[in-house]
Amino acid sequence: MTTELKSIVCPICGCLCDDLEVTVEDNKIVKMKNGCAVCEAKMVHGYNSEERILKPMIRKDGTLVPVSMDEAVHKAAQILADAKYPLLFGWSSSTSEAQRVGVELAEELGSALDNCCSVCHGPSVMATQEIGIPTCTLGQIRHRADLIVYWACNPWASHPRHVERYTNFSEGRFEKSEWKEYIQKIKATSGKKKLAAAARQSHFMKYQPPPRPQTCVVDAPPQTIQKMGRKMIVFDVRKTMTAEAADYFVQVEPNKDYEIIQALRCLVNDQELDVDKVGGVPVEYLKEVADALVNCEFGVIFFGLGLTASAGRFRNIEIAIALTRDLNKKTKFVISPMRGHFNVTGANVVFAWQTGYPYALDFSQGYPQYNPGENTAIDVLRRGDNDATLVISADPGAHFPKAAVQNMMKHPLITINPDWNAISRLGDVVFPTQWCGIEYEGTAYRMDHVPIVLRKVVEPPQGVLNDEELLTRILAEVRKIKAEKAAAAPPKTKCAAKVEAN
Amino acid sequence: MVDQKLRATIITGRTIDQGVGKELGKGSQEYFDSAAVCFMDKVDMIKLGLRNGANVQVTSKYGSVVVKARKFPRGSMPGMVFIPCGLWANAVCGDDTFSMGMPMFKGFPVDVEPAPDQTVLTLNELLKKEFGKGM
Ligand code: SF4
Repeated sequence: MTTELKSIVCPICGCLCDDLEVTVEDNKIVKMKNGCAVCEAKMVHGYNSEERILKPMIRKDGTLVPVSMDEAVHKAAQILADAKYPLLFGWSSSTSEAQRVGVELAEELGSALDNCCSVCHGPSVMATQEIGIPTCTLGQIRHRADLIVYWACNPWASHPRHVERYTNFSEGRFEKSEWKEYIQKIKATSGKKKLAAAARQSHFMKYQPPPRPQTCVVDAPPQTIQKMGRKMIVFDVRKTMTAEAADYFVQVEPNKDYEIIQALRCLVNDQELDVDKVGGVPVEYLKEVADALVNCEFGVIFFGLGLTASAGRFRNIEIAIALTRDLNKKTKFVISPMRGHFNVTGANVVFAWQTGYPYALDFSQGYPQYNPGENTAIDVLRRGDNDATLVISADPGAHFPKAAVQNMMKHPLITINPDWNAISRLGDVVFPTQWCGIEYEGTAYRMDHVPIVLRKVVEPPQGVLNDEELLTRILAEVRKIKAEKAAAAPPKTKCAAKVEAN
Repeated sequence: MVDQKLRATIITGRTIDQGVGKELGKGSQEYFDSAAVCFMDKVDMIKLGLRNGANVQVTSKYGSVVVKARKFPRGSMPGMVFIPCGLWANAVCGDDTFSMGMPMFKGFPVDVEPAPDQTVLTLNELLKKEFGKGM
């Protein structure tokens, strides 16, 4: 039987594109429309490949052996209940309903609790808490923004439909799409290349290739930087596909974003700079960029990990927000982080409404404590504080520095992922789970904090639970084990009870 | 004269091929082909006498890994190398967080040298080597 489903939400990146059209045949996705290459790789091929985990497994004598769900749940609960300070990490590719149960589990265990934001936009969260953030929804940007700045991010690779759906290539109510101009630009470039190739082959003309620049060179801003209507400026350390599509690309020296943003702040505030270059960029070019920023009607800065992971960390974001604030004295400007996983924003939101804090939590005192740089996953791991780890819907095996994972390997590791990623391959108790947004529905928060309901497209494999069901079972088993332990413990002396009460 | 070694600044990040590869499965050939690579400037490759697809060893203060060198297709970025996010990149990334939780994913020094006699390890081989575990 063939079913055509419309308005399906993509469960991959923070764009949460909600216009996918999916064809299902015999409980399998066979065709898809509107998704990007990454989306198609998952929704049509990856979700159902031989990389899928279908049975719970426990490592016995070094090898993973399939076991029953009850045995795996008991084993995982035993590990967590026996540990003094487990770390619960991941959550960003799961539903908000599962994240809520995760917080309850962390509280029950007195554990460390962190989500993927600590290795992506954690510094952005910290900066936002310091000075606030002028921002808006992607819908408003789509309809109104005439100047889009992508700073240290490459949506062409990480959020492939961001430009098409929300910024320059989208047809807004008040701003036109830039597609036509982009296609003309591509045609002109390929025409030039063809002419050069023909000249090279010609016997009459000796083609001299242009000399290659030996250092990073920033070209002067083109006329289009001051044009009316939509325009795109990209700041990055290397020329990405996004940079190629931009009206103006500024190549920044690595780790020099802070200086450039600070210079732009001076120029926007009509101050003079007494240097010629900042971060490899001539000040006269920055002046033209500052003019473009001030002269737009509604501008937006999207920023990525190039700011959060480079020298300066959260100070880079703080200063970028300060620039946006300065610009708001002269025009309308907003700023927005390019959140990666489809529900990493949701993890921050759920953690915050449950505990008051968005990530980097420590429940070891019985109440939530928040301290990024101390309770964040990498810091807990590098100190070797934790004595067990649970990883859910994330792959620190492939995305954490080696030293952190090596410390994780010293203690039991429980993993909950639908497929054999790097961390599942390293697990001691490995749970299969359903693909959310494909095999069950749930809530996810888009990068601009808009909650969207992910839809179910196909039936899950038999016996495989979803994240929320699985965590609820583990939590119940942990409570049972703890109650049994408490009952079996010798009665406390008056003195010991008093000490505990204190 | 061909140089023995290049002192460069490393950046790790996403590429669309790595995105497609990871969604097809971390054990897939596509993931291996897209993540176990190091993009370099053409000028730097000439300096090291490297051809497109040659094996290079990237070494930082934190670790070392062998990947395939690829010419960066756009613009120039001498003195900078780019490895897509993944296990191979993380073999050289550091866990210093400067009290902010964010490790060293971008903008620190590495040495790049030709490694014609070494092989690029697959995901399973690298997991075994780095963590002594695997499937
Ligand atoms: S841009 Fe992101 S959300 Fe949209 S289809 Fe691609 S991967 Fe999915």
